[in-house]
Amino acid sequence: MDFAPVLDGFGVVLEPTNLLYCLIGVVIGMLVGVLPGLGPAATIAILLPITFGIEPVTAIIMLAGIFYGAQYGGTITSVLLRLPGEASSVVTVFDGFALARQGKAGTALGIAAIGSFIGGTVSIIALTLVAPFVAGFALDFGPPEYTALALLGILLVATVGGGSRTKAVVAACIGLLLATIGRDTFTGVERFTFHNLNLGDGLDFVPIAMGLFGLGEILYNLEERHNAVKAPSSVANVWPSRKDLRQSAGAIGRGSVLGFILGILPGGGATIASLVAYAVEKRRAKNPERFGKGAVEGVAAPETANNAAATSSFIPLLTLGIPANATMAVIYGALLIQGVSVGPRLVHDEPELFWGVVNSMYIGNILLLIMSIPLVGLFVKILRVRPAILAPITVLITLVGVYTVNNSVFDIGLVIVFGAVGYLMKKLGFEPGPLVLAFVLGSLLEDSLRRSLLIFDGDPSGFFTRPISGTLLLIFVLVVLLPIISSVIRGRRASGRETVPSDTTTKELV
Amino acid sequence: MISAPGGAHVPGSSGGHPAAGATPPAGAQPHGSTAAPVSPIDEIPLEELSLEEAIHRVEELEHEGRPPLAGTLSNILTAVAVVVLGVGTLIGSAELGIGTASKPGPGTWPMLVSIVTILLGVGLLVVARRSHDGERFAKASGLVLVGLVTMIVFVVALPIIGFEIPAALLCLVWLRFLGREGWRLSIILSLALVAAFYLIFVGALSVPIPHLF
Repeated sequence: MDFAPVLDGFGVVLEPTNLLYCLIGVVIGMLVGVLPGLGPAATIAILLPITFGIEPVTAIIMLAGIFYGAQYGGTITSVLLRLPGEASSVVTVFDGFALARQGKAGTALGIAAIGSFIGGTVSIIALTLVAPFVAGFALDFGPPEYTALALLGILLVATVGGGSRTKAVVAACIGLLLATIGRDTFTGVERFTFHNLNLGDGLDFVPIAMGLFGLGEILYNLEERHNAVKAPSSVANVWPSRKDLRQSAGAIGRGSVLGFILGILPGGGATIASLVAYAVEKRRAKNPERFGKGAVEGVAAPETANNAAATSSFIPLLTLGIPANATMAVIYGALLIQGVSVGPRLVHDEPELFWGVVNSMYIGNILLLIMSIPLVGLFVKILRVRPAILAPITVLITLVGVYTVNNSVFDIGLVIVFGAVGYLMKKLGFEPGPLVLAFVLGSLLEDSLRRSLLIFDGDPSGFFTRPISGTLLLIFVLVVLLPIISSVIRGRRASGRETVPSDTTTKELV
Repeated sequence: MISAPGGAHVPGSSGGHPAAGATPPAGAQPHGSTAAPVSPIDEIPLEELSLEEAIHRVEELEHEGRPPLAGTLSNILTAVAVVVLGVGTLIGSAELGIGTASKPGPGTWPMLVSIVTILLGVGLLVVARRSHDGERFAKASGLVLVGLVTMIVFVVALPIIGFEIPAALLCLVWLRFLGREGWRLSIILSLALVAAFYLIFVGALSVPIPHLF
């Protein structure tokens, strides 16, 4: 492969503006990770209006920094307070908090930071090698392939996440329907606009993402009862000992590889990667009973994996134009707003953007390593800021921010509506992630489907006779059928035995 | 195991610092407060941790401090709402013109999606009794309503009297009533925030947002 554009990418990163925005991004990400409440998807959504005034590459460098920075920050609260700042740091709680109780919080944080750094870096190198190859492979994808790919991507994101699968797919369908609002690109007919002029050009992505992720999450958190957050003891001795490092070297290595692979898969991402990495370490360990009592590997593995996965989840987005998770969907939206067409041609057509963003991650990871080892005390202090004070600030930033995009009061109304929808969805067990993802892919999916039908002259079997779209659709069908088959099998087995009400349901009913 | 006898923080215990507006409602049951003095994370011995259990625990941990789960009625209503939405869009797509497979019309795609939505809604209806991922609307949900009202007041009043007064009002309500901060802090912070927003958006960025001064 040709390394000249890769090196040119470093030139892009080292421009002072881009360095500054990279720093801003990772600091915000770290803060978001430390503060429980808003996740990276919500934060990136709320900050979308800022990205309008700046260059695309600068904007994405900042947004990417928020995403992987949050993986570093989430560790701090997991270890010190047993409150995971991010879902991807939940497993870190098991051993991280145990270490903190033994007075080794510093060790846990240090190992996590080093693991994150190595995981992130390994993943960037792998991304550099793999991404152009994937993009090259996808160059001759036609409409049928894109139809299949988008369908599979949406389905995987909807089914892999937590909560009810059916509800997640319903959310995705609603996203697809919302994407049809506005003028039809083929015929010019107005669809579902109810004669409202503001809807003629369709719904904007920004108010939807800001409302569902931002306001929806803030409103949802209003109901939450937080326990007293005890001001954490000061953290000393963040540099892990040589013995700790030796002990966790294997875990970091395996975590990097696992995280990279799981991050690429749609719907995979950081949370699953951290869980799998933890489970693998525990299974491999000579004495697994150490896990949960303060095993260093139990911190190293998930923290390495979640950061590696956060990085590699950029691959499907930057090479195929298919976001692999909710956060990537928001970044995809940001790219669309900037007028960048995301897809296999991106590496070729916009090498500065592509390699600028990828290479900025090296710098970002170094900045994060600096912040999370010597400056960890500073971030621990931030934990004392109460969520009650942050909530109205975030609400105002959202309401005023969405106005600045189009200078439109209608957009403020829209963001409030979607805030209410987002709250109701979370309340009723629907994840907003699949909706946003389906919304951004909606027009691509519909266009490709209609184009394909025109190509095939109305014969849908054409999707299955083309090798790539056929394979993708076969996987699609398998993903739909597997849970049904497995539940049938499980149902048979359960009826064979005595039907014991499962532990979880009884507990949740109490 | 993380044995936490008298641990620094016991999830589910009453009291604690109410976060952004979370009142400790006297009647509402905090999740598992009666039975479990330990968090769900402590319940299964870690030796038996499989991936599935781990995911389950992660979910439980995220549900700490949340209101109790929704009942069957609310699940049925949710499913019905999904079906109604599907039927509504199906009718809408039929009006747009379904077209044919070789000549797809503007209504083709919405029709396909509505059919899937209806089927999924029916599926939700079937499992409504067993589903346990919704939450009950408790007293605390009133706080959400108050929060929404402050935002609606903001957007309605904005074109008439500018953003300053509605923004200050919104902050005050969120800090004092939803967040249970003191009066002094709430008032000072609200005024300071509006001043900061004025300086940034009107002063520095000259955003044409309606303003009073």
